[in-house]
Amino acid sequence: MRAPVSWIREYVDLPDDVTTEALAARLTALGLKLEAIEHSGAGITGPLVIGRVLTLEPEPQKNGKTINWCSVDVGSANGTGEPQGIVCGAHNFAVGDLVVVVLPGGVLPGNFEISERKTYGHLSAGMICSAKELGLGDDHSGIIVLPAEAGAPGDDAFDYLHLRDDVIEFEINPDRAYALSLRGVAREAALAYDAPFRDPALRETPTPNDTGYPVVVDAPDGCPVFAARTVSGFNPAAPTPRWLARRVQLAGMRPISLAVDVTNYVMLELGQPIHGYDRDQLSGPIAVRRATDGESLTTLDGVVRTLSAEDLLITDDSGPIGLAGVMGGARTELSGTTTTILIEAAHFDPVTIFRAERRHKLPSEASKRFERGVDPTLPAVAAQRVAELLVEFGGGTIEPGFTLVGAAPPSRSVTAAVDLPARVTGMPIPASTTVAHLEAVGCSVSVEGETLTAAVPPWRPDLNDPFDLVEEVARIVGYEDIPSILPPAPAGRGLSRTQRLRRRIGHALAGVGYVEVINFPFVGKASFDALGLAEDDVLRRTVRIANPLSAEEPEYTTTLLPNLLRTAARNLSRGARGVALFETATVAFPSGAAAPILPVDRRPTDDELATLLAAVPDQPLFLGVVLAGERELPGWWGPGRDATWADAIEAVRTLGAELGVEVRVRTAERMPWHPGRCAQLFIGDKEFGHAGELHPKVCAAFGLPKRAAAAEIDLDFLMAAAPDVAPAPEFSTYPVAKEDVALIVADDVLAESVAETLREGAGELCEAVRLFDVYAGEQIGAGRKSLAFALRFRAPDRTLTESETAEARDAAVALAAVRHGAIQRA
Amino acid sequence: MSGPNNEYDPVQVTPLGAAEVEAMRDDALAAIAAASDLDALKHVRTEHAGDRSPLGLANREIGALPPAARKEVGARVGQARGAVNQAIAARQAELDTEAEERMLAEETVDVTLPWDRTPRGARHPITTGSERIADVFVAMGWEVAEGPLVEAEWLNFDALNLGPNHPARTMQDTFWTEPAENAIVLRTHTSPVQARTMLTREPPIYVVCPGRVFRTDEYDATHSPMFHQVEGLVVDEGITMAQLKGSLDHFAQAMFGEGIVTRFRPSYFPFTEPSAEVDLVCFVCRGQQPTMASCRTCRGEGWIEWGGCGVVNPRVLTACGVDASKYTGFAFGMGIDRTLMFRHGIADLRSFFEGDVRFTTAFGSEI
Repeated sequence: MRAPVSWIREYVDLPDDVTTEALAARLTALGLKLEAIEHSGAGITGPLVIGRVLTLEPEPQKNGKTINWCSVDVGSANGTGEPQGIVCGAHNFAVGDLVVVVLPGGVLPGNFEISERKTYGHLSAGMICSAKELGLGDDHSGIIVLPAEAGAPGDDAFDYLHLRDDVIEFEINPDRAYALSLRGVAREAALAYDAPFRDPALRETPTPNDTGYPVVVDAPDGCPVFAARTVSGFNPAAPTPRWLARRVQLAGMRPISLAVDVTNYVMLELGQPIHGYDRDQLSGPIAVRRATDGESLTTLDGVVRTLSAEDLLITDDSGPIGLAGVMGGARTELSGTTTTILIEAAHFDPVTIFRAERRHKLPSEASKRFERGVDPTLPAVAAQRVAELLVEFGGGTIEPGFTLVGAAPPSRSVTAAVDLPARVTGMPIPASTTVAHLEAVGCSVSVEGETLTAAVPPWRPDLNDPFDLVEEVARIVGYEDIPSILPPAPAGRGLSRTQRLRRRIGHALAGVGYVEVINFPFVGKASFDALGLAEDDVLRRTVRIANPLSAEEPEYTTTLLPNLLRTAARNLSRGARGVALFETATVAFPSGAAAPILPVDRRPTDDELATLLAAVPDQPLFLGVVLAGERELPGWWGPGRDATWADAIEAVRTLGAELGVEVRVRTAERMPWHPGRCAQLFIGDKEFGHAGELHPKVCAAFGLPKRAAAAEIDLDFLMAAAPDVAPAPEFSTYPVAKEDVALIVADDVLAESVAETLREGAGELCEAVRLFDVYAGEQIGAGRKSLAFALRFRAPDRTLTESETAEARDAAVALAAVRHGAIQRA
Repeated sequence: MSGPNNEYDPVQVTPLGAAEVEAMRDDALAAIAAASDLDALKHVRTEHAGDRSPLGLANREIGALPPAARKEVGARVGQARGAVNQAIAARQAELDTEAEERMLAEETVDVTLPWDRTPRGARHPITTGSERIADVFVAMGWEVAEGPLVEAEWLNFDALNLGPNHPARTMQDTFWTEPAENAIVLRTHTSPVQARTMLTREPPIYVVCPGRVFRTDEYDATHSPMFHQVEGLVVDEGITMAQLKGSLDHFAQAMFGEGIVTRFRPSYFPFTEPSAEVDLVCFVCRGQQPTMASCRTCRGEGWIEWGGCGVVNPRVLTACGVDASKYTGFAFGMGIDRTLMFRHGIADLRSFFEGDVRFTTAFGSEI
């Protein structure tokens, strides 16, 4: 809402020394939030005067243009009283016209300094101004030609043109619909300075009668009040008074014609949207009704709109002529030939308008006000005000017929405890203050014992609950007076177990060189294709977004990998030699169920709540890891090392170790991983993710170097498996006995299973089995490999003898021979 | 070592004179002093302090002396040997030290050599920032509540007094999911966590809920379709706006330092009444006579918009099963991204989501 300060001051006697900045600050403190202050006309300095064109000589130029060499009487404004010679390129004026002249020394917007200058063979001393040059609108079709009564040559033009005014632009919250009018803004200004307020809606209105234009309201729920007046004999060519057009323009609307400007002016003044019809285009009575499905209407923006049964229509015998409260129809709109104007000032149901505006994506100045709630007592006053202004400036007469259908609903009352504002705000607000402030916003207040009853003024449809009254009192007392006190919180339990575990996981990965990233969860078909997932892969069953930002990514992801891989590639493309990234985020798997819209006037039942929560997609917390390029850098210590499948698996094992969970690994084939280098990760016998080298096609699709590796696991599952209390280990302090064995096995025998066998075969004395070398080569023979293990033995109660150790080792090797056909290397 | 020689022959033995012993000692001391390294000293030890050294031989002969002479000579030789052994030990220590110093000097390395074999890791500042914020409240006895990002429409809107025809629904541009009748949205704020908390626990409730939210905002330096909020909710008997102010002042000071206070301006949110917008005194210029040019952080306003807050609308309490006649509450919501941008001077919101490791590693693993 843009409010010219001069217009505010018309309704409220603010002290003269109140600056626009101070006014804006006070209004902001009351809840009308300052967006911007505009010092309109501040970029213009005089001399800017009225001039009369004495002579005008058109002079064709070589470039095809014709300029006018004029002499202009500017009275004594130029100090000499002699006519001023000015070159002017416009042609919409004649000798004898009054024009606006800026003389040398003046400055126009954009810091455009005017001086005498040689041009087209003349010394041009000043400029004859257009509306656009003065910041008075977009009209640059010609210079401003003033009416004869505008003044005498040499008169100052600032005041006549209403050039200088400050405009405060407010962001109006949905609950303060009344402030979408000068009436409302001025009311708040009066409140801010405790100054007298003159309500522009308080005007004499004739009594409605039966002789006005016939109006039938078939949908009173959508249109409780409809007022209509008619002005006939109107001169469609009459110009809009300069001050009125200027106010409409400063308030952010474009002046169009007198009739339209007046309807907009009154809307800005009172907050009541007005619609004007060319009555000669109407056929038969106006009827307000709901649309039937499939009906259509061409709105005045020229668009054909297909209507729905919920839409509220203004119709005549020809059919729809307006989408009520949103936009009028093209056929009956005011035109340059309209001489009989039917003025509609109606009150429409906010929800009806809100839904129509959304359905037709047609926000308008009218709908913005109706959907938030307009004062329902305004229609008759507003219609009268429009009619009077039209006649005042456009001639004609107001027809005596005055149609008023329906009536504003009776005043509502809100009851509250008198001390509620004090209790809720924590400020010492006495009852008398509460009553005074509620009365200041327009309520009629009565107090009985500890209870007050506030009759709510018609322009405040937002005041419904006791707490609404609290805010009114609190904002006038002033939010700045609210004390600062800490609430007495009970003893808390600290972070939950999973909250603590998540922090540990982050620290553990950062500690081994992984950098955390946060990606958007949006993906599309291309993301899954790039991962090489089969068409029926479960990960392609996603929650789909109806209104995605990008049509290519309309799905909420089921895997962190696609965007994580892109981020890795982005880092490499920006020059990183290697990346090791991780992300923890929830993914979503659709439930397929509909979430009910439950009532809000009570707690949902447990069953209702269970149904609701079950419909919310399952959203487990996943961890994604990606490595690409160098994992270790080369340096003076020796060569570097590229990331491999093993790094990805180790990332998950690291977390297992951190959380005290044994992570087991099995061979798997799963896109997007390399079929021979993919591990399925298990806790117990439950799979919870995969890790390994990415498939070369996937690397290529994401622009990653070959051998890039990745892991993705269900972190919720890992965290659930972590023991809550880690048991203390027991260990022997007797000397350790070490034995190394090298076992030759077939290529496809898994190292981990051989290690497990050795552990089992070596028995209780064996405290550790660690693979320290893998060798394949001629000495071993094709299709075979040698696995070298270091075994450590220790007894809890004694030093082991050599024979005890050897016996355990031999038993381990023997079991490996049985299980895996392992042959001990000599 | 030979035992005491009791079977002496007084005829064959000539008692050692003091001069002779002193000469032996002086020879030895001179040799010790001249030993330039450990090997030389080893040799000197054999020559002058060994069994076959002059003093060693002299010592052997003491036993052959007549008893009357033994005491004097024994003392003389003993003193001489003591002096020699002491000198050897001292020289040994000197030479040991020299040798060690030489070895250490030889082992000197260039400690400025880098050891950046494995690049460093880091946690994301949004993560660590959220934790830090949570910790401020946990320290006051609050708990951290969480909820899903893909959320039921009823919890995101209706339960929070944002009915289907509420104009304020358009204030939060929502990502809707298909099909629309399933009534599932990407949560537009962390407030559904309020509703979930009240629906599942009894007051007193003191929770803070940091989390991710979504709006259909175009992606630019100050807008993102995904960002982070921290929500606070208190429901207890006798809760006031003053306690809301106190909690936010405490929060502001914990994040931005002593003396940073908040300012409330009346505002509107369907889920709170009264509602306020929260400004933070500019932590750069501290609101000290700023001008547009003098403070780029607050652009001369002295205050920075921080978030929204208010007294929980009793309608919300009712929908979530809290007895509105007994309890009152307050709630607030701030942008985490925005808070961190202020605190760390991050110019572009997109830095958080581009995943450039150079950005993230600058923040380490705690903020």
